[in-house]
This record gives sequence, C-alpha cells and structure tokens, in this order.
Amino acid sequence: MSCTVVRTLRQAAFGTLAILAMSSSAHALDVTGAGSTFVNPVLQKWAEAYKAKTGVAINYQSVGSGAGIKQIEGGTVDFGATDKALEAAELAANDLVQFPTIVGGIVPIVNLPGIKSGDIKLDGATLGGIFLGTIKSWNDPALVKDNPGVNLPNLPITTVHRSDGSGTTYNFAYYLGSVNADWQSKVGAATAVDWPNGVGGKGNEGVSALVQQTVGSIGYVEIAYATQNKLTYTKMRNADGYFVEPSLATFQAAAANADWATAPFYRLVLASQPGKDSWPITAATFILVHAKQADAAKAKAMLGFFDWSLNNGQKMAEDLIYVPLPDKLVKQIEATWAANVKTSDGKPVLP
Amino acid sequence: MTNVTVTADHSRGGAHPGRLGNFLFGGSAWIFAILVLVLLLAVMVSLVIGAWPAFHQFGIAFVWTEAWNPVKDHYGAMAPLYGTLVTAVIAMGVGVPVSLGIAIFLTELCPNSLKRPISTAVELLAAVPSIIYGMWGLFVLAPLMQKYFEPALIATLGNVPFLGDLFQGPPYGIGLFTAGLILSAMVLPYMVSIMRDVFETVPPQFRESAYGLGATTWEVVRSVVLPYSRVGVIGAFMLALGRALGETMAVTFVVGNSYHIMKSFLAPGATIASSLANEFAEADGLQLSALLALGFLLFVLTFTVIGVARLMLLRLQRKYG
Repeated sequence: MSCTVVRTLRQAAFGTLAILAMSSSAHALDVTGAGSTFVNPVLQKWAEAYKAKTGVAINYQSVGSGAGIKQIEGGTVDFGATDKALEAAELAANDLVQFPTIVGGIVPIVNLPGIKSGDIKLDGATLGGIFLGTIKSWNDPALVKDNPGVNLPNLPITTVHRSDGSGTTYNFAYYLGSVNADWQSKVGAATAVDWPNGVGGKGNEGVSALVQQTVGSIGYVEIAYATQNKLTYTKMRNADGYFVEPSLATFQAAAANADWATAPFYRLVLASQPGKDSWPITAATFILVHAKQADAAKAKAMLGFFDWSLNNGQKMAEDLIYVPLPDKLVKQIEATWAANVKTSDGKPVLP
Repeated sequence: MTNVTVTADHSRGGAHPGRLGNFLFGGSAWIFAILVLVLLLAVMVSLVIGAWPAFHQFGIAFVWTEAWNPVKDHYGAMAPLYGTLVTAVIAMGVGVPVSLGIAIFLTELCPNSLKRPISTAVELLAAVPSIIYGMWGLFVLAPLMQKYFEPALIATLGNVPFLGDLFQGPPYGIGLFTAGLILSAMVLPYMVSIMRDVFETVPPQFRESAYGLGATTWEVVRSVVLPYSRVGVIGAFMLALGRALGETMAVTFVVGNSYHIMKSFLAPGATIASSLANEFAEADGLQLSALLALGFLLFVLTFTVIGVARLMLLRLQRKYG
C-alpha cells in the first residue's frame, strides 16, 4: 500500500519535473518584440514560417513605433521595431544596436471623377503645396503643367491625413520636407504633425474611407493598402526627374540605390532616393536589439530569426508588397551583428 | 427585538459572528470602500505627475492656447477642449428630447405588447461596442451626411444671421456635428432606461388622481410625473453627459481630427479623448506630457459637471422640500 503510494508520488514528481523542464526550455526560446504596425504583417508571416521550421516562437505586438522604442529601452521585450530610425546618441544611451528589416512604399491616393490609377502625375513640391493649402484647386497651373492631356476638374482639394501617430506620417512628412522648403520650415516631420488643413482619418482604413467618400480629396496610404482596396493612386516625379508608378520594381530601385554603406547606424530615410526608376516615397522599418545579450540561447534564436528571414523571407515579403533588402545590405547587417551584438562573455551572438 | 434576533440565529444553528467576525467584516467593507477613493486619488496624482512637464512649460495658458505641434513641441488644450464641449452639447441637444420622448412613450402611452420589444431594443443599443458606432459612423452615416444632410443644413440654417456661421463651409461628412450625432445615439439608451425606471416609480395613485381630475396625458407628464421624478431625470442627463465627454473610439473615427478651431460645426475638430486615442501610442517627451495634461483637464471637466449636477439637485430638493 505504502509502496504504491510512494511510487505514485515519485511518478508524479517526475512528471512535474519533466513538464517544468519542457516549459522552461520552451520559455527560454520565446522571443518577444513590440513596435511598428507597418512591419507587423510581414513579421507575423516570417514568425509563423520560422516557428514551423525551428520551433522558436516569436511573439510580436504591433503597438506602434513609439511604444516599441519605450519597451526595448525599458527592457520588457527582446527587440523593438520602429519606422523612425533612432539617432546615434539615443542608441548609445540605451546600448542598442539598430538595423533595417524591410522597405515599404507610401502612395498618394486621389478621388477624382473619371481619373484612374496612374493618370495623374505629381511633383513633390506640388504635393507639398497641396498639403500646405497653397494649391487649393485641382486645375491649379502647377498641376496642369505636369498633366498635359488630363482633364483636371475645377474642384477644391480636400487633403486627408492620418490622425493617429504613425511612422507612415513621419516618412510622408519627411518626404514633403525634402522636396518643399516651405513644408520643411512650416510643418516639418514627426509621427504626428500640425497639419495646416484637411481632415484626419484613423489608420490606413480611416484615410482610405475618407478619400473614397470625398470627391476631390487626396490622401496617403501604404501601397499594400492601396492595391488591396483598389484605390486610385498617382504617379510621382522622383529625384532624377522621371515620373514613376508605384510598384515593387520602383520600390526595389529606391532601396537598392540608397547609400546604406555610409549611413551611420543605418539611419537613412528613404525619401527621394536617386535613380531613374526609384519611387520617391519609400520607408524602411528598423529593428532595435540590446548590444549586450544576457541570455545567449535566446539571443541566438532572435538573431537567427532575423538572419533566416532576411535570407529566406523575400518571397513572403513580396507577396505582401514589401521590398526585401538587397543581398549586399543583408551582408552588411550580418557584419554589424558580428561586430556589435555580444553575449555577456563578450563573444558575438552570431555566427 | 434584540432577543428575537438572537433566538432566531440560534434556532438556525449558525454560530454567532462574535466580535472578531464583526470587526473583520466591518473592516474589510471599510477597506473596499476606501480603495475606491484611493484609486481615484492615485489616478489624479499620476496624471498630475505625468502632466507636470507640460504645465511647467506652458503654464496655465496651456488651457486656452490653440496649438498642437509635435514637431516644434508646442501644445495647447483649447481646440480639444472646445471640441469636447461642442460635441457633448450637440449630443445632449439631440439626445435629451429624443430620450425624454421615448421614456414618456414607454411609460405613459405604449401598448403593453410593444413595451418589451422597444425597451429591449433600446437596451441593446447600449450593448453595441463603441468601435462599431465609429465604423458605422464613418462608412454609413458620414457619406449620407455629406451627400444629403449637410448640404441641406448649409442651404437652410447656413443663411440665418449669426446661427448661420455654425453651419457653413464644405460638407466633409465628418466633423464635430457628425460626432455629436453619433454620441447622441450612444448616450440615448442610458438616459432612456434610467428615465423609464424613475417614471415608473411615480405612485399610480398620483397618476390616477390626475387623470380623474380630467388632466390630459401631457398635463399628467408635465405636472405629476416630471416633478415627482426630476432628481432621477437630471441624474440621467448628467450620467449621459459624463459619457459624452469621455467617449473615445466612436468620436475618433468621425470627428475629423483637426487641431484648428473653426466656427462651423460641420468642420473637422478634435476632442480630448480622440487626441489621446490618436497620439498616445507614438508620443514621448513633452507630447506625452501634454496628452496627460489633456487627460487631467478631462478629469477636472467631468468632476465639475458632476459637482454642478449635485449642487443643482441639492438646490432643487431644498426648493421643493
């Protein structure tokens, strides 16, 4: 009797131990991240594929870039993701390493009677004037000049912007500042800016709903959102003076022509990149990790995930209309990891 | 009397709670009650601490400055404050008469077979999540407002002197007015169910006597039901106003989110709650502090509303005994 009790107890104890051991090993390889909503769809897809392959779970919360930065600085997550690259001082103060993961494009969308996608050509300075409110009507000479043969109506322009703080807004406003001096001095760039006019919609869905409902309106959304919802986008004049359509090819051209090699800490806003095929309003999302990794196994799992994604996740990214990073840049990022991301005993986490 | 209770306790076979039991129960009840006050105070204190950098930077002028510029880090609360008050006033202006009408209909006029379906429908309105109201407002109500309702308003009320200024400009479909309408639909069920309940507390003898004296339904409502239940009715308004001031998600979708004060109610604006919902996730530094300062102002505003309501009720009670 007592013998069986002891046996049962022992079995129970072993069982508990086994479960504890399993859960703790699973827990060690649970990588957590938080930040940018822009990168969320592709990161989730990568995480799913990576888990199926290696069993490592990546838990990413898309809470916004600002919150992501706060969480990685506070040490509550293993990595942060932000649409706005941090400056050298902030990286140094928190002992963080920064690298890009993916490039996406932002497109102007319009609602004009009889106008289809790609019918309207916009110059950056003109777009700035529209959002500043100095260009008030669709048949303004600045617009007519770039659009010969297009029947531009005499309609007032309503501008639509993101009301929520957003990396998309930061990159769009930064682009306007890079091509329109008035915008730079009067408005500037941040995740939310002091819009001189127009209405604000919440999220991509809010902006696109308002544009679709308002004749004569113009707004901006991420390209994936525009194509999925068949919104009417415009062509843009790029830094070399050519009008280009938004597409994977023109985003790729912008990402490839960007001068990553000399940008300190990859701190590069991809607005107005050179090259005759480059789309002018592209943006990268950056990952932030701690330079000193206390848990070597977890650090290896985390960088392993990004390494695998950057080298094998291109197709998944393109399906979602993101631009994967060029091979040369991936090599550069791997070198950054080897040089800067170390375990507590000073050895690089990867390779 | 005491003896009877004690005997009853013994006859049930339960042990007498005794001193310790009483002390423990009384003590924990006290703690729970005080916890509410402590929580309220803690919220207040953390808001003040978070808002301090903004108040320190801009001083009391923060309250009446019309500026919201995250790039230059210059903030003022005037536009969101104005938007909060205007949308709440529109919501109450539309909601109060409609909900009074529904409540009076339900208690005085409604045939019994209809009472239950209408009451249930009104209560179901309260169960709809606010994001649904927001989505519905943006995708259904806003286009209708833009195409039909707002042009009609501009063409009619827009020409009236003085008042016309409030109904001018391009019909965006979204803006303070649309936000106020959505809010009125959201606060309606609260007002209706409270008012219906307090109307039903009027003793039937009062009604019967009034009818017996030859009063019409209107006279009964005005001279018997409303005076008897005025405290409850005003309480319902204040509860609804508190909710209208603080409603977040639905308003964020339809208010237009512009930090510039425009004369027209049809123009886009912002409320305190919508500003917080929009910018909190991405804000840091002074912007975060300014947002917390907005939250503090909303706290003060809601407190003032409740305080004024209490005062009014006290004066009413004193006046009518």
